[in-house]
Amino acid sequence: MTSSPGHQADDDQAPLIAARDLHTWFELRQWGFRRVGAVRAVDGVDFALARGEAVAFVGESGCGKSSLARTLLGLHRPTRGEVRFAGRSLGDLEGRALKAYRAEVGYVQQDPYGALPPFLDVRRILAEPLIVHGVRDRAERERRIRAALEEVRLSPAEAFLGQFPHMLSGGQQQRVVIARALILAPRLLIADEPVSMLDASVRVEILELLRRIQRGRGLTLAFITHDLSTVRHYAERIFVMYAGRVVESAPVDDLLDHPQHPYTQALLAAIADPDAANATRLREVPAGEPPSLLHPPAACRFHPRCPHFMAGLCDVEDPPDFDPRRDHRSACWLHR
Amino acid sequence: MRDRTLLRVEALELHYQTRRGAVHAVDGVSFDLCQGEALVVLGESGCGKSSLAKALMRLLPRNVHHTAGRVTLDGVDVTALPDERFRREVRWSRMALVMQASMNALNPVVRVGEQVAEPLRVLRGWPRRKALARAAEVFELVGVSTDFLARYPFELSGGMRQRAVLAMALVAEPALVILDEPTSALDVLTQASIMNALKRVKRELGTSFILITHDVATSSELGDRVALMYAGQFVEVADAARFFTAPAHPYSQMLMASVPRLHQRARPVAIPGEPPSLADPPGGCRYAERCPYRFARCAQDPPSFSLGERHRARCWLHADDNPSGGGA
Ligand SMILES: Nc1ncnc2c1ncn2[C@@H]1O[C@H](COP(=O)(O)OP(=O)(O)O)[C@@H](O)[C@H]1O
Ligand SMILES: Nc1ncnc2c1ncn2[C@@H]1O[C@H](COP(=O)(O)OP(=O)(O)O)[C@@H](O)[C@H]1O
Ligand code: SF4
Ligand code: SF4
Ligand SMILES: [Mg+2]
Ligand SMILES: [Mg+2]
Repeated sequence: MTSSPGHQADDDQAPLIAARDLHTWFELRQWGFRRVGAVRAVDGVDFALARGEAVAFVGESGCGKSSLARTLLGLHRPTRGEVRFAGRSLGDLEGRALKAYRAEVGYVQQDPYGALPPFLDVRRILAEPLIVHGVRDRAERERRIRAALEEVRLSPAEAFLGQFPHMLSGGQQQRVVIARALILAPRLLIADEPVSMLDASVRVEILELLRRIQRGRGLTLAFITHDLSTVRHYAERIFVMYAGRVVESAPVDDLLDHPQHPYTQALLAAIADPDAANATRLREVPAGEPPSLLHPPAACRFHPRCPHFMAGLCDVEDPPDFDPRRDHRSACWLHR
Repeated sequence: MRDRTLLRVEALELHYQTRRGAVHAVDGVSFDLCQGEALVVLGESGCGKSSLAKALMRLLPRNVHHTAGRVTLDGVDVTALPDERFRREVRWSRMALVMQASMNALNPVVRVGEQVAEPLRVLRGWPRRKALARAAEVFELVGVSTDFLARYPFELSGGMRQRAVLAMALVAEPALVILDEPTSALDVLTQASIMNALKRVKRELGTSFILITHDVATSSELGDRVALMYAGQFVEVADAARFFTAPAHPYSQMLMASVPRLHQRARPVAIPGEPPSLADPPGGCRYAERCPYRFARCAQDPPSFSLGERHRARCWLHADDNPSGGGA
């Protein structure tokens, strides 16, 4: 059976998962040895997620979302700082404890088409994690596989067990990926861009499904997306990332209706809801592009593009987190 | 200027030969486009949008099973032109295409400016210097610094490369530019700034556009009119204002209701089911399987009904003799 990791050391009062001063840098070497620098994919991130909470990490591609996800999963060792799960530091987990931790965290990786092995049928894809985690009883496995398929609404399960990934539509494949992520009954689900490859009409179904399962099971859900317009109904809190950092975080409605950080404000102004008037309206877009994470701008990462840039401050000193509104954090000197 | 018809497309078909049978990628598409107008072709992936673009440009793959229909550009039936004349007189000079993902198709070893100037040298025989000078003007128009003329593609960001291929499509001043998912691979802010550039080009050069996208939000960024495509067919064509507020076809209505909105609180409602296969598609209305209004008549293929000036919908609810008249 799956043993829950360190349940003995579990601290029920602690957040389910927390990151403190988290940094994940990738060493970049030329010709395999000369160190040219480090890609600062995650560059000082702090947060704490409560049990049963659904949050979204939002940011443009390359801002470090997937690196953060993989660091939370224990796939990258942090360069600095730490991840704590139920009160225990990931860095302290080894061998069996680390394996058990992996069962506590379901992972829906980016790109559903690459996510499923083409040579396995659905039954085998879902059996794999159970086998790896020691569920030896075949009947028990079959029962859990069928239950997982029903839970993601691939129903009746018999119709899907023998199918291979290429026989399934994109939406169905993503349901299998979600079923696989849930089959070990994790307490945390990390879904990295779970709908970005899917068509508009299928997206909402998958998002609804994730939210329903999250609520039903009381899971903590970290939903990663580059698309701010998909978060309102599918998360309770949003973390906006820019260049390896969280620049703003707040409850969903407060963040979308009262964005505080200039970057979030720019993002919201750039995204249109469908409206015929858009066709003649020029949007305000900050100049430039997201910075290189190899040589990020000093201090506030957004300063070269920011319309409110204050020379001598924003380019000199890192803005700390301020609380411009209740339960609403923004890392910008404007709030000082 | 708006009133002159630039492009008329009648009953266009493009079917591919595959092992699964004939794929009806474009299956009876008709519309017209006025000078200076932008038509958005909106549809989920696989519905035939890129095939439509290729059929219009006569850039067909080898496995074409069947083509039909007529394309009239500025009063000239270009479907009747021999290939050689089409290539010399129409493609790129009158009608250009920015293909899906073409920003990754720039020649990696040729400076960007040379590539953008190339259509002028090849099609018009302009000398290099003159063509480059014109390329520089178009670069500025689409928001690329002229410093980038001398750079290689790998030195440009994705957004800048996309602007460069846009410049290449515009450089010979075609009357019509077809853009196939021009911003899908790009970030939100880059997308917005490229759409700004397109709006400026439209205003300043009076270019007509067909903008192909699967993204409803993007579709409202340029379109004067919207054509919604489903399973190889246009199910509705309407003015953008009409389409975004009161669409007529059940699929249009359900698609609009399924789109998550950033600034509004209405909860999106998913559309059940999936589009049909285009390999030997089902008879009757192609949306029938997902349509809550389906009735007996829907077993027959609905024609495109007129709902007023330049507004059509392919749905039996809008048949003139339908008792609920113009229905939904
Ligand atoms: N394993 C790795 N080695 C080196 N660089 C990486 C690695 N993974 C990601 N990166 C770099 O880190 C940055 C952040 O990437 P990623 O976390 O994938 O961002 P996102 O998911 O937000 O698009 C990018 O510059 C990317 O190229
Ligand atoms: N060369 C081809 N041969 C066979 N089938 C094709 C070919 N190109 C596209 N298709 C099929 O035609 C349909 C429409 O494709 P496409 O025009 O690319 O749609 P879209 O651009 O809307 O995603 C799809 O089912 C696709 O698989
Ligand atoms: S800290 Fe300064 S540069 Fe950074 S977002 Fe705030 S105002 Fe702009
Ligand atoms: S023709 Fe019938 S099935 Fe098709 S969209 Fe109209 S009502 Fe629905
Ligand atoms: Mg990613
Ligand atoms: Mg396409």
